[in-house]
Amino acid sequence: MAEMMLAADGTPLKRSLARALRRQKLRALGLIAPLLIFVLITFIVPIASMLFRSVENQIVENTLPMTVEALADWDPNAGKTPSEAVYEALYFDMFLAAEAKRHTRLGTRLNYEQTGVSSLFRQSGRALDDIGKETQKPLEKLNNAWKDGETWHGIFNTTDNTDTALLDLQRKRVAALTGSPASDEVNFAPDATLSNLLPRTTRAYTAWAVYTATQQGRDPATRDPWEAVATALALDLRTADLSAYSGPGADLLAEAQTADLPVPAMATAFADMDEDWAGATVWKTIQTHSSTYTSGYFLNAVDAQKTPDGVAWQPDDKQILLKLFGRTIWMSLLITFSCIALGYPIAWLLANLPMRQANLLLILVLLPFWTSLLVRTSAWKVMLQQQGVINDVLVWIGLVGDGDRLIMINNQFGTIVAMTHILLPFMILPMYSVMQTIPPSYLRAAKSLGATNWTAFWRVYFPQSVPGIGAGSILVFILSIGYYITPEIVGGTKGVFISNRIAYHISSSLNWGLAAALGTILLAAVLVLYWAYDKIVGIDNVKLG
Amino acid sequence: MKLTKTLLATTALTLASGTAFADGHMASDMTLVSWGGAYQSSQQNAYVAPYLEMNEGVSAVWDESSAEAVAKLRAMNEAGSVTWDVVDVVAADAIRLCDEGLALEIDPDEDLAAAPDGTSAADDFGDLLVSDCFIPQIVYSTTFGYRTDLVGDTAPTSVCAVFDTEAYPGKRSLEKRPINNMEWALLCDGVAKDNVYDVLATEEGQQQALDKLATIKDDVIWWSAGADTPQLLADGEVVMGSTYNGRLFAAIEEQKQPIGMLWDAQVFDLDGWIIPTGLSPEREARARDFIKFATDTQRLADQAKYISYGPARASSAPLVGQHAELGIDMAPHMPTDPNNAQNTFLYNYEFWADYRDDIDAKFQAWLAQ
Repeated sequence: MAEMMLAADGTPLKRSLARALRRQKLRALGLIAPLLIFVLITFIVPIASMLFRSVENQIVENTLPMTVEALADWDPNAGKTPSEAVYEALYFDMFLAAEAKRHTRLGTRLNYEQTGVSSLFRQSGRALDDIGKETQKPLEKLNNAWKDGETWHGIFNTTDNTDTALLDLQRKRVAALTGSPASDEVNFAPDATLSNLLPRTTRAYTAWAVYTATQQGRDPATRDPWEAVATALALDLRTADLSAYSGPGADLLAEAQTADLPVPAMATAFADMDEDWAGATVWKTIQTHSSTYTSGYFLNAVDAQKTPDGVAWQPDDKQILLKLFGRTIWMSLLITFSCIALGYPIAWLLANLPMRQANLLLILVLLPFWTSLLVRTSAWKVMLQQQGVINDVLVWIGLVGDGDRLIMINNQFGTIVAMTHILLPFMILPMYSVMQTIPPSYLRAAKSLGATNWTAFWRVYFPQSVPGIGAGSILVFILSIGYYITPEIVGGTKGVFISNRIAYHISSSLNWGLAAALGTILLAAVLVLYWAYDKIVGIDNVKLG
Repeated sequence: MKLTKTLLATTALTLASGTAFADGHMASDMTLVSWGGAYQSSQQNAYVAPYLEMNEGVSAVWDESSAEAVAKLRAMNEAGSVTWDVVDVVAADAIRLCDEGLALEIDPDEDLAAAPDGTSAADDFGDLLVSDCFIPQIVYSTTFGYRTDLVGDTAPTSVCAVFDTEAYPGKRSLEKRPINNMEWALLCDGVAKDNVYDVLATEEGQQQALDKLATIKDDVIWWSAGADTPQLLADGEVVMGSTYNGRLFAAIEEQKQPIGMLWDAQVFDLDGWIIPTGLSPEREARARDFIKFATDTQRLADQAKYISYGPARASSAPLVGQHAELGIDMAPHMPTDPNNAQNTFLYNYEFWADYRDDIDAKFQAWLAQ
């Protein structure tokens, strides 16, 4: 066995070397740290968080936590509506959500899956108060003390016997619902005894108190609780055994219990509000889409959907996205190839002309590059439209009759022409910089050895220019796959790309989850193609200069 | 009872006068969001400039982002920094912003000025208050314009001329979305006006509308920006096309293009202000103060001097005068003018809020076929 080598200070050489290397690496890292942090914060984090939306689905359980829980046991295929307990949970969830104005947001979310949920939620949110009034009014009539916020607070508040679990749960619920922290001082602690005896009421009152204190900054001790608390009390008093209870408000509660308050039948009340609640469809939608993370957006992005019975294709007349993905990739390839065909000779000229002419030509290549994208696209509109320059010229020289002018815009042809023109500099520049490095003497050598012009080009020159083609192709292809504005303006119906749908879902339909899923798929497609390119051509063969 | 009312009224008055003088509690600059172009300058002329004149030291900047207002406001809200004070949006977007909790709820009687004759703001705006968060400014319509020199001897008088490629050969331009197009298609396929939305709510009805549109699919250029149709008409690319009535007015009266208006089955829509949620109290107070001024009877009537959109207040209509530069009477160019409004639709907000995603998917799939 060899003796271990030691450094001057006696430590093993290997370790000493590793330490020096590590120090060097850290210093290098320190130098690039500002840039790294900048890129992380402004680029990676926003993109990652946007892409994360494609699976995120907390909104359902944040808005309707109890309903989702109660609905878990419901069998969607039994042909029955859920039990009264589910409707009851929905009432209390929806009431809080409507106070916080979050129910309509959920309605919008679920409307992506089931047409009509949006207005169902909006209208139900408005009609909820009526259910509560049915019990609140008789209760207040029975004893004026119930009108007083202090009565409620006096009964349910405690100083020594707090149900901490309940309070924490409601804080979490309100925080999740509103998206803002609910940890401020509440000036209320739910009584554990009552929490056992009157569970719904204590829960509803605590939720109200937490919401009032943390979201509205008001003191729950002096304010009236909302109608849902009265409803909860009526529901509790049906079955509660208060005989052993002697805490604050015992007489009031006993009086209310004997008064036999009207208790709303929740299933009926919701069915009266909107008949959709009495059908199974909306419940199936809620149940199917209640998980915290969902594959639903990705399924939608490939023309499928999540149903209670598993994954299914969208109906034929709604399938469009896969087709658009295919079209985007196919047309991007076409654009890339037309860029190669047009760009190669120009790059060759640039590389082989004398400096003066080459510079002039280079400016001509760059000139459109400095012009606004919109201007260039609109210019193509003027050129290509039926009453446009090209058609007018063709009609004038008599190649085309006035009646049958060529249709060159608002179709795939228009998109390919305009985008090829716009992306051409991205192809020419890398090709040019690679061709500049190919010594002209190689071609001369090949010819002097007897090669024809073609052989000299094809066997000697072309292989050396491939890295430039590769770099240009990757640039052009990746840029065109995400292009949006040019296809929108000149693409008509058959020349639009998947990015036009992404833009639609970001800014018009607000279905950011679907937009994120589409974007993720696009990103994955680019990465796969990049990988394939690396396997076939080799990424080492790419040169930008 | 009477005493309570008096007390309440006095309190309200004190509060109102309190805010009127509490200028120091209002922010001194505002960011107004609008659509740019002629519409934004009509707002600048009719009420932003007068407001700034009245309130020395206050400044306003414009952001021309109304087209993406909903998405941007949502992003701002999530980032926790809302930089807009007053945002001009179409009613459908206001409803969505309200649904998402991104716009403040407005109490018309408290937050908006009453009409000069004392009619409350709620009554003056009437049915146009389509959302709790929305303060309407103008009524505009999406309707058709046609090339007077390309339609032959008989100018079209019915919206169904769009579907009649025999009598009116040539291309037409329609917006690249289902809204309005589906309604017109059904209307011209024999569905009674009152039943249009009932029919459109069914799968068969949607198919019927698409089938009707399919009869002219090869003759349609689909637009996505309001300026497209006037341009296509001016170039002679299309014989007729739909767009906003103000755009057509500008093409006809200001640019003197040979274009005629086809008011039949025009679809009314509303545009107005919302105040975003999440503003600081000072900025919110300034926004409310501005809105109250900018949507009073005279201001809305003034706006009609600069653009041919109808004021949203009933009390403003009689005050509509002449165009500020052209000097022509504006009333006959208003979509709400009785001669123009013989057959109209009102954009069905509730219906499209529900069916937009569904029908749009079908429409786009149909387009791509």
